[in-house]
Amino acid sequence: MNDFSTWDIVRNLLLAARWTVGLSLIAFTGGGIVGLAILLMRTSRYAALRHLTRGYIELFQGTPLLMQMFLAFFGLSLMGVEVSPLFAASLALTLFTSAFLAEIWRGCVESIARGQWEASASLAMSYLQQMRYVVLPQAFRIAIPPTVGFSVQVVKGTAIASIIGFVELSKAGTMITNATFAPFTVYGMVALMYFALCWPLSLYSRSLEKKFNVAHRH
Amino acid sequence: MAYQFDFSDIFQYREVFLHGIRVTAELTAAGAVFGVGLGIFGAWARTGQHAWLRSVVGAYVELIRNTPFLVQLFFVFFGLPSLGIKLTEMQAAVLAMVINLGAYSTEIIRAGIQAIPHGHLEAGHSLAMTRLQIFRHVILKPALQKIWPALSSQIVIVMLGSSVVSQIAAEDLTFAANFVQSRTFRAFEVYFVTTGIYLLLAILLRQLLRGFGQFLFGRRA
Repeated sequence: MNDFSTWDIVRNLLLAARWTVGLSLIAFTGGGIVGLAILLMRTSRYAALRHLTRGYIELFQGTPLLMQMFLAFFGLSLMGVEVSPLFAASLALTLFTSAFLAEIWRGCVESIARGQWEASASLAMSYLQQMRYVVLPQAFRIAIPPTVGFSVQVVKGTAIASIIGFVELSKAGTMITNATFAPFTVYGMVALMYFALCWPLSLYSRSLEKKFNVAHRH
Repeated sequence: MAYQFDFSDIFQYREVFLHGIRVTAELTAAGAVFGVGLGIFGAWARTGQHAWLRSVVGAYVELIRNTPFLVQLFFVFFGLPSLGIKLTEMQAAVLAMVINLGAYSTEIIRAGIQAIPHGHLEAGHSLAMTRLQIFRHVILKPALQKIWPALSSQIVIVMLGSSVVSQIAAEDLTFAANFVQSRTFRAFEVYFVTTGIYLLLAILLRQLLRGFGQFLFGRRA
């Protein structure tokens, strides 16, 4: 049997952590793009679109991420597509992220004063122009702290991908535990690595929030 | 499409699903009661006078909120036995859920406590209330009332997150789904139905918590 030194464990976990970071970036980018589309529909003037996207958000916020991954994994393969765990995990996490971001951003958009909408409407702007030139630039500022805060949830969500067999930090932890029989050390290190990824994001989100509040308190 | 959907097999296993639903409900109930209890204690410590207690609780909150529940669960179930603490799957699942919810609810309840106007505390003092009475009647109850919606959402999140306890073989709803899937090979149908059940449970739990909030704080909550 191979002997694993502590350094071996750390090195292998760090290598696997790249996939956690990669998957997080995919999910956050994809989720941001899809989320923006959902947001536009969620705040549109057509009731059907609003209801549809409300159902979408409810669905992804009301079911476990693990189930979403299973469905992506098994559902896509029913259509005859060869699905890699990375693809299924990316898809599920993207949709999951988009639902949460759309809901967070909706709150920000709705906090923009009604008069801004009316003023831009009276300038004969279309809905997309109102959004693009008047509402979103203002909502963007409010949206940054909670969006950064949510990115922590995305990073933590990638751990679920280990269950459908994607080798990232958590899965690597399980594999190394099976080889070393040192679960306390290995999972402790895994936890610390997640912490090292997430804590700066949490702190950054909080400092942004403070900054924003200061600007609003005068 | 060549694939024929077939939900009939799943119905044969309704007992398995019902058992899973019961376990998920029990886990959620135990996790919520003890987790919120821990959160109340944490929030008390976090807003209290002992600096060391504040920093210990602060570190606990940060550590838990910035690591995945799955890793916390594995640490409790696989890691703690090497310290001589052996737990069954169910005990480990509950413990991990309590620790997890404890951290989040500490932060939520703390926010509620800090929103209590200082004058209320002074009013409590001037009525010769003891420190404990002030905490219970003047601080805790209004604080909980204020943050009840946020706390409810967090409990629903914990219920949904509990689906990963199937990974340590606790026999919750997801475990039941995995079991039926391995028997019928109807993966998509099984997880589709299970997802629907989780959605219903989430909606039900939200209503239940809203009703409980009204019971605790009156209609105005």
